[in-house]
Amino acid sequence: MLENTEEIELIGLLNKIKEMKTDGSRIVQICATKIGSSYELLYTFGIDYDIKHVKVKTEPGEHVPSITDIFPAAYLYENEIHDLFGIAIDGINHDYKGKLYRTPVEAPFG
Amino acid sequence: MAAKRSVIPFGPQHPVLPEPIHIDLVTEDEKVIEAIPSIGFVHRGLEHLVTKKDFGEMVYVAERICGICSFGHGYGYVDAIEHIMNIEPTNRAKYIRTLLFELSRMHSHILWLGLMADAFGFESLFMETWKYREKVLDMLEAATGGRVIFSIMRIGGLRKDVPDEVLQGFLPGLDEIEEGIKACEKAFLSDPAVLSRLKGVGYLSKEDAIDLGCEGPFLRASGVARDNRTSGYAAYGDMDFEVITSDDGDSYGRCYVRIQEIYQSAGIVRQCIEKMPKEGIYVPIKGFPNGEYMTIIEQPRGGACYYVHASGKKFIERMRVRTPTFANIPALAKTLQGCDVADVPILVVTIDPCISCTER
Repeated sequence: MLENTEEIELIGLLNKIKEMKTDGSRIVQICATKIGSSYELLYTFGIDYDIKHVKVKTEPGEHVPSITDIFPAAYLYENEIHDLFGIAIDGINHDYKGKLYRTPVEAPFG
Repeated sequence: MAAKRSVIPFGPQHPVLPEPIHIDLVTEDEKVIEAIPSIGFVHRGLEHLVTKKDFGEMVYVAERICGICSFGHGYGYVDAIEHIMNIEPTNRAKYIRTLLFELSRMHSHILWLGLMADAFGFESLFMETWKYREKVLDMLEAATGGRVIFSIMRIGGLRKDVPDEVLQGFLPGLDEIEEGIKACEKAFLSDPAVLSRLKGVGYLSKEDAIDLGCEGPFLRASGVARDNRTSGYAAYGDMDFEVITSDDGDSYGRCYVRIQEIYQSAGIVRQCIEKMPKEGIYVPIKGFPNGEYMTIIEQPRGGACYYVHASGKKFIERMRVRTPTFANIPALAKTLQGCDVADVPILVVTIDPCISCTER
């Protein structure tokens, strides 16, 4: 288990992210990992050198809310996850609509 | 009369861009109102290879993410695996890794100085700076046998030792490089024509730099003293150095920070040579990695994250590399807002974009 990681349900994601913003965290990265048939999303935040992770599980076909209303700079990470894994992310402030990565195969990591 | 809005496409082919990135510049007359970046022209999917390559062989793939920061990519991946497998490399291996890391930073920053000089049209300065980069590459070749890709990293330590006499031979070269860069520094930081292209151009406030997830010299030039080397990974905990910042927040500040970091890296290389422990360079490993870990290191262009998720098999489930250029793109878009169209090429260069890293 990754240190400083809190596992939460998808329904509580935005509230948790708002909490991180209120604490003064910055977005460090977001990544997806395919575990069996489902996906794990890892959101990483930092205050100076102090790093915290938030992990949520999502199933194929489930829609994940964008965090770009809270962290506007997260748009590249969310577009990347959509393009590589095929995970639907709703409400991205700069939605490239599947055109961030010009891959010949749709969702190559999915 | 209201100014007419136009959209000017910048890139993916442009004289200042050795690699493809595209930016749609929304302009009013000569001012940029909004910048919309696009990447993904040459995405390689190297991260996915981790599911098809033996975890030991993957070191070589990680190194090939980029030709400039190749050592750091190999280090980041190896460090994550070593943490998962509870492997503690020997001190000599840690010191040699630190030394190679700093030589890589020097050559990357000097390369950037040359590209910057070329971007503002000072070609003799470009050639002069790259003359010193060659000397750093000669040192890397003497130490590892490679000038760009070293293939010296290995899970558990290093593939080969660097003899002490080779390391001692670097000392005069370091003096010569520092002297040469000091001469070039006058042009970058004092020449009136150069200052007119850098001073006050592309300002990014400290608050924006933090909010937008900015990394590396781009971040430190806005007055934020964050450098992951201070966390003490490899042998950095034994090194005496301070984080270099600038309060300028503009192109001049980014230039200043990188130049000072060249001297700082030379100082760290000297400390490594002076304190180099005498012991082995490799600790044997057993079994397969099982667990997850995220290593955060300071690449020449900024903080880079290496996430590894392994499940006790020969092949790893997931490797994710968050490169500094990827993190710096939203801040670049912010920096471009309000600048003159003529300043766009220089501002793109000031973040030291590495598209090869970004398009893993």
